Amino acid sequence: MEVEVATGNLQKGLTDSFRLTALGDSAVIVSFGNVIDLTTQRKVRSLAEWLDLRPLPGMVEYIPAFTTLTVFYDPLAIDFSSVCEELEQMMEELPNATKESPRIVEIPVCYGGEFGPDLDFVAEHNGLTTEDVIEIHTNGEYLVYMIGFAPGFPYLGGMSQKIAAPRRSAPRLSIPAGSVGIAGSQTGVYPIGTPGGWQLIGRTPLALFRPADDSPSLLQAGDVVHFRAITPEEYERWSVVSGESKWEEGRN
Amino acid sequence: MSIQVIRPGLLTTVQDLGRLGQQKHGVIVSGAMDPFALRIANLLVGNDEREAALEITLMGPTIRFQKDCVIAICGGNLSPKIDGQPIPDWRPVWVKQGSLLQFGSPQTGCRAYLAVAGGFDVPVVMGSRSTYLRAGIGGFYGRALREGDVLPIGCRSMWEAAEWREREGRFFAGWFVDTRIRPKYGKNPTVRVMRGGEFDWFAKDIQQQFFAASFQVTPQSDRMGYRLSGPQLALSEPKELISEAVAAGTVQVPAEGNPIILLADRQTTGGYPKIAQVATVDLPILAQVTPGERIRFEEISLSQAQELYRLREREIGILRQGIKFRLDARGEDRCTGLI
Repeated sequence: MEVEVATGNLQKGLTDSFRLTALGDSAVIVSFGNVIDLTTQRKVRSLAEWLDLRPLPGMVEYIPAFTTLTVFYDPLAIDFSSVCEELEQMMEELPNATKESPRIVEIPVCYGGEFGPDLDFVAEHNGLTTEDVIEIHTNGEYLVYMIGFAPGFPYLGGMSQKIAAPRRSAPRLSIPAGSVGIAGSQTGVYPIGTPGGWQLIGRTPLALFRPADDSPSLLQAGDVVHFRAITPEEYERWSVVSGESKWEEGRN
Repeated sequence: MSIQVIRPGLLTTVQDLGRLGQQKHGVIVSGAMDPFALRIANLLVGNDEREAALEITLMGPTIRFQKDCVIAICGGNLSPKIDGQPIPDWRPVWVKQGSLLQFGSPQTGCRAYLAVAGGFDVPVVMGSRSTYLRAGIGGFYGRALREGDVLPIGCRSMWEAAEWREREGRFFAGWFVDTRIRPKYGKNPTVRVMRGGEFDWFAKDIQQQFFAASFQVTPQSDRMGYRLSGPQLALSEPKELISEAVAAGTVQVPAEGNPIILLADRQTTGGYPKIAQVATVDLPILAQVTPGERIRFEEISLSQAQELYRLREREIGILRQGIKFRLDARGEDRCTGLI
């Protein structure tokens, strides 16, 4: 597409370069590299925070991802090359770092049983007991790289290879909201009921998607997640107290 | 102050221009598949163009009006009738209390937009009234309409029935939106695209094939995206893309080589290579394609696409003024875009 590509240098030592690529006639992708790592993630987050403070003229919204941030704009208000100029300008002013101490979010999980029907499989696959799997999973510290795919769905980094497991050969047609799963060396939580092929090891009573709140996603990119094991009784009590199922009832 | 759904049709949902600004939280945009038709239908009944309307798919619903009101139907022509009498689209229509609206077989396109004066009074969720079926939010209880549903509609005094009849002397307006201004709906359309970010991941002959061949829209297509079948678009070498944002009209190619065009209910991010991106002005044409039809892609540049966008918006601006003039004044003067 006559993809006009511009590169520029970040002045404040955040990175060496970035790339601007058109995504059709109404969006531009700012790309910070091809590797999923903490440094790249931080650049994406810095730009997101900066855009919250100083929205570009004509900007409709933005989507941060692993190594990119995409700005959607109205071509009536601004054209592609002007958006690129604005972004290049912004890169020069981009502050060095975001908040130094990340938000830590604890997610209570009831492991195994009806809440995690694949816990046994994950244990067997790795030659571990189910207790081992729970311990390894709850000891991990997980960085939220991005929110995408579904409302409030976090892409988490940092799961131990010791509990990695392949996806199910046949995906389940329906996975309940709150299910905690493993796919390869990734772990994650399904915020809404959906079909899916992840190995389910537990379920959280916390609502990750909160349509009534100002910020509909419990988690944000940059947060650090800890999982904590709870009993089925605690799960039930939690559900009642938090009223977790209130938006679920509106569904058919 | 309401309409009653006697029969729901195949898929009838409340939609507006979408849930913008929430994609960073993973919340999809939704909204009308054919935003042009939705905007014009709203303008024709005196609404703000961002108001919610019904998106009616292929087999339309049967609806009883529980009060006098003014409606307009734009987009695909699904043979609408009121009390058995065919009514024209792309113009205001006056509906008497108790009237029954029904649809017949599709003549052109597959999605019609029904706007009512005052709009559909359903709650705004995260800045939009659009139904997001998968999460069960927005619209009418987050779902498609069902038999027996009663939807509240707003009230507007400018549409006094008597005044309307007196003015027009019939139950629909004598003027309508000029066909030259409407998108070129038609079977087996050609849509204009720009090259996608990963266009170069495909070999030259595959790139040529993409523009030379026609692709059939398969039955596994919905508001989320159209799955296409045709020549397999294999990558030159297996390559992984790190998930990043996608947009309405993104044409992505999964490993098996059959392209998918992402549409209103698309997910926010995707990891498949993007071979092309449909120009925003041609999304309405795409919205009206029925499974089984074929699509061709024609390449245009980014600057051409933006120019077409601006041109379209200029035309809509003129139309907006023209309609406003018709609704406010009683003059017989001709307005650009209206006959």
